[in-house]
This record gives sequence, structure tokens and C-alpha cells, in this order.
Amino acid sequence: MLQNNTNSIATVSNDTGTENILEVSHLKKTFHIKSPDGKKGLLRAVDDVSFTIKKGETFSLVGESGCGKSTLGRTLLGLYTPDQGSEILFNGEDITNFSKSKRKNFAKKAQLIFQDPSACLNPRRTIKQILLEPFKIHKIQNGEAKIKELMDMVGLASRFLDRFPHEMSGGQKQRVGIARALALNPELIVCDEPVSALDVSIQAQVINLLEDLQKQLNLTYLFISHDLSVVHHISDRVAVMYLGKIVELTTRDELYEKTQHPYTKSLLSSVPDISDEHREKIILTGDVPSPSNPPAGCRFHTRCPVAMDICKTKEPDFIQTGSKHFASCHLHIK
Amino acid sequence: MTLLKVEDLTIKFKSRQGVVKAVDNLNFELAQGSSLGIVGESGSGKSVTSLTIMGLLQNANTEITGNIDFDGLDLLKLSPNEMRKIRGNSISMIFQEPMTSLNPLHTCGKQIMEPILIHQKEVSKQEAKKHAIELLRMVGIPSPEQRFHEYPHQMSGGMRQRIMIAIALACNTKLLIADEPTTALDVTIQAQILDLMNSLKKKRDMSIIMITHDLGVVKEMCEKVVVMYTGQIVEKSPTELVFADPLHPYTKGLLNAIPKISNKVERLEAIEGTVPDALNMPSGCSFHPRCKYATEKCTLEVPTLFQLEDGREVKCFIYDGSEKGDDVNAAK
Repeated sequence: MLQNNTNSIATVSNDTGTENILEVSHLKKTFHIKSPDGKKGLLRAVDDVSFTIKKGETFSLVGESGCGKSTLGRTLLGLYTPDQGSEILFNGEDITNFSKSKRKNFAKKAQLIFQDPSACLNPRRTIKQILLEPFKIHKIQNGEAKIKELMDMVGLASRFLDRFPHEMSGGQKQRVGIARALALNPELIVCDEPVSALDVSIQAQVINLLEDLQKQLNLTYLFISHDLSVVHHISDRVAVMYLGKIVELTTRDELYEKTQHPYTKSLLSSVPDISDEHREKIILTGDVPSPSNPPAGCRFHTRCPVAMDICKTKEPDFIQTGSKHFASCHLHIK
Repeated sequence: MTLLKVEDLTIKFKSRQGVVKAVDNLNFELAQGSSLGIVGESGSGKSVTSLTIMGLLQNANTEITGNIDFDGLDLLKLSPNEMRKIRGNSISMIFQEPMTSLNPLHTCGKQIMEPILIHQKEVSKQEAKKHAIELLRMVGIPSPEQRFHEYPHQMSGGMRQRIMIAIALACNTKLLIADEPTTALDVTIQAQILDLMNSLKKKRDMSIIMITHDLGVVKEMCEKVVVMYTGQIVEKSPTELVFADPLHPYTKGLLNAIPKISNKVERLEAIEGTVPDALNMPSGCSFHPRCKYATEKCTLEVPTLFQLEDGREVKCFIYDGSEKGDDVNAAK
């Protein structure tokens, strides 16, 4: 099992020669929880996940709520401490054992854009104060001039600088959130559901902005979303998560055209699409099982329309199934 | 048979800064057993409309004019007592956030029994309980006898939304208003809930008003669509036509702004700008500051809802009088 995993990491790693900005292997994050009746338990939010992200690409994580995608994103930024044995290499350096000063330096290079722009901006500060904060923390001169540039970059007039967050619309607030993430010239930005709180017409503006900025500044995005249409539009590669594990990982086109995992198939078929194409809907029964008590064997077998006997007892390995395709399903293990 | 007819509905809120027109001269009707989608972004007046139909929007600062004809009754003229007999009985509503709309202090079963005991005086508590368990089974909740005694926090989001649907269907619902019923849910759960609503609609010959900002949901659920912008209807048409051949520039913009899995584009066509402030509406057509096709006329005059030959209606000067259709008002 272990050997198999190491194999797959070697191959999940890049094959085109571009540099990897992030290499994650055997990442685990366990939370200690207490159930209402006082029993202690473990919740494996992220359970043995390995992948790499190339410089300049958009790597997406999709999955339903509670699958661990946000926990994974935050752990990668060092906001949660991963379990022993996890390895997160950022530009070759392991961030899991960074010293305090290194940790602070790392914060300049990796930033986060949050889902709810109203909740992540301090309501008692003006936009100017909010945007100056990163410069103050890292003792960088010339912040005032830089924030004007930032505002320009995200398409906000500089008159907004003296406003408070409540005086702005959702789309404008999200632009402020993006400007703050860009302040210290990061290399990697984790976008945690950056458009799901926005209206459709505004959503398209923000997606276009994110794409423009990526080209302009050569950014790498880890894009976390549950919206499969948005993910399809923005991603280069996509990983599908279910109950703390990656079940399928491949390029965007392969994922949507040559779907392998039954969970991905049902996810894709559940999206109400406005195109004319008539698709067969796979409606899953039941809810996502609790991550504190995942099913034995393959975690998806309780809802899987094509589950076999082996799925109930043996957990499928995450293996390479195509030149750029990885999946963990007994159907694809030969 | 027409079940619901909304005529010239205008809703104004008085605020300290001035009067806000949340809904402006709304007209639509809904036949029994059919479904209507009301689409619009936040602030377009879609939720205010549904609250008004439910009779939940009444206070000193609200001014409602027009008629809402439901099954022969003018809902706006009913007394609060008369309205209470209809609400939760023949008109029910499903709200967006199932956690905040369920009472955390009562079991789910009790909350389903409540409308039955209120509206059907002849039903005993035992019978109501039996009926509630039946409803739980109908909306697809496993082991309903146990779930009956559970509280909302013991259930997942999808199950809570099923409880909401069970409450809404507890009596003889003729009209179900669903205000963003699946927005808070995951796609696989959303597919389950939409499937459930569709089958219940057929089984009970119920009418559904689906309020949403998700055009994909409308495409799957509704026969007709009303597109709203700043409190006004900008387009009214059968669902297939809205997607195949949208008329209003706003509808076109909305459809282009959504990423489509089957049709890859390099860049999304966003609608520039933002929805105008309700206290500071632009002159003329309220969409003109964001419209690609805006002319000088659009900045000065307000277009009326023009009717095309195929029965569709659209509020835009592009379709004015000429070869494509006739001005509704001119015809009158």
C-alpha cells in the first residue's frame, strides 16, 4: 500500500518539466472532536492526500461541503498544522517545520482569498487601512503608493479608499479582498470559493479579473470551489475530493470528457446546465456520510450506483489510470 | 385554469433616505399545475414579490398597490385572519436557508404537525402524527418514525430542506413558492431536491413559483420564466425560448456570463457595472448604464413591455413596434 502510494506521487508529479511550486505528499489533518455524549473521537478532514501544483497553473479542488477542501487549502498555507508525517514543499522548502521568521516570510508568497467578502474585511476600518495592513506587518515602506496601484489593478477607483466595507457592493468588496491578497506580490494564491457569494453578472467580472491577474503577474492559483461550471472554465487541472480523500485527479478536459470515478460522474451530471445537450442524470441517494465515521472500504460505496462487493471491504488505491489521469476506484484497477 | 394572477403589483418602501420602489408594476399569471421561474440578481425584487403573495410583508413603511388574485380571492384585500387560513394551507413557501427557518427548539415532527393541527381542526393529534410520518416518508427521509422525534440540528442541510418541503406540503397546497430552495445545498443534494419537487408537482397537480438566480435550475424546473431587473419584469417567455433565443440585453448578458461545461469560451462576457442603487435609479431604462445596445432614447424614455407575435414579452426598445412585434399599449 505504502509503496503503491510512493509510486503514484512520483507520477502525480509533473511530467512537462515546468517547475513545481507546491509538492504535497501524504498530507493528513486530523481534528480531535467530542461528540455530544462526551465521547472523544477523531475527524480526519484530510486523509493522506498527495499532489503537486505547477508554477503558473490553476489547480482546482472540487467537492461537496465537508469533504475537506477548505481544510486542505488552509493547511497548505500553514493556517492549520498538519499531522506528523505530512510533507508540504513550497519551492522545495518544507513549510511544516518553518521557524517563526520563515513562516512570516512565507506569508508574503502565499495568500488567501476568502469566500465571503463581507466577513473577511474589518467593518470598522476603511479600505485604505485594510490594504495598508500587510505593508505595516512586514515593515515595507511606500505602502500608500502601492495601494493606489493595487486598486487600479483590481479595477477600483481610488475614491473607494476612504470608504468602509459596508459602503460597497459584494463584487467591490471581493475586489478589495483580491487586492489585499496581491499586496505583497505573492506567487501562490489559494482562492477559497471566491465567487460563490456573488451574483451571476458580478461573478463573471471577478473570474475575468482573476484570469487577467494570473497572466499579468504569473500567479499560481489553488482554486477551491463546489461550482463545477466555474471550475471547468478556470482550471488547468482538477482534483475531486470526497470525505477527505482525492478520488480523481487529471487535466480539466480529461475530467469532464473522460470521467472515470463514479462520484465525479454523478457530480457532473447533477449540475443543472443551461446548454441544450440532454444528459442522463445520476441522482445519488442519501447524504455524504460523516467524516468522523467514514464507511469501511471505499468511502463512496454507500452512495455509489455501481458498487461491487470488493468496495465494501477494500479501500481502492489512488493509482495512475491514464497518461495524466489518476483515480481511486476498483473499476479502474486492473 | 388560472390559479394566480398578479396585476400591476407595485411595492414601495419608505426609508429615511427616500421612497424605494422594490417592485414596479408587476404582471404575471400562473395556471394550475404549471411552474414559473422568477430569475433575477439580488435586489431585483423577486423575494419581496413572494413575501407579498404570502401576505408576510405588511408594516407601516410598506405601500403595496395592485391585485393578487388567487383562486378567486384578492389576497391584498383579505384581513390578517382570513390570510392566515390560506397561508400554510393552500399557499406554502419554502425558504432558502433551512436552518434559520426551522425552529431549533421543536422536533421536526412537531413542526410538520403544526400546520395540520391549525388548518384541519377535525384532525386529531394521533392522525396528524401519522400524516406527518407519511409526509416524512414521501419526501424521502429514511426511518421516518425515529426522525419524527429529532431536532433540526440533528439533520443535514439536505434533510432539513426536505423537512421544509414536508411542512409546506402538510395541507392541501395548491401553490408552492420556493425561494432559492437549493442555493444552500450541494449539487448532488440539489439534484435530489429538484427531482423530489418535480415528482410532487406532478402527483399533486400543484403550481410552483421558483425564485432563483440559477438559470440552470430554472431550465430544469420551469415551464415559463420571468426575468426581473430592478423590480421590473424585463422579459417573460417560455423556458425553451429564453435559453434558445434570449431577447432582452440583460437576459443575453446573464446567459453569457455563466460558464458552460459543454461550451468552452476563452473569456466570460461579464455585464459591466453593478445593479444601480434603489434610491438613485438611472433615468429611462434602468438597465441602460450597463447595456451594450443602449441608445440616447434609452437614457430618456422608459420602455414598456412589448409583446411579440409569439406571445413573448420584453421591455426593450429594440423590439419596439416595428417588424418584430406590437406595442401592448398601442394595441389597447
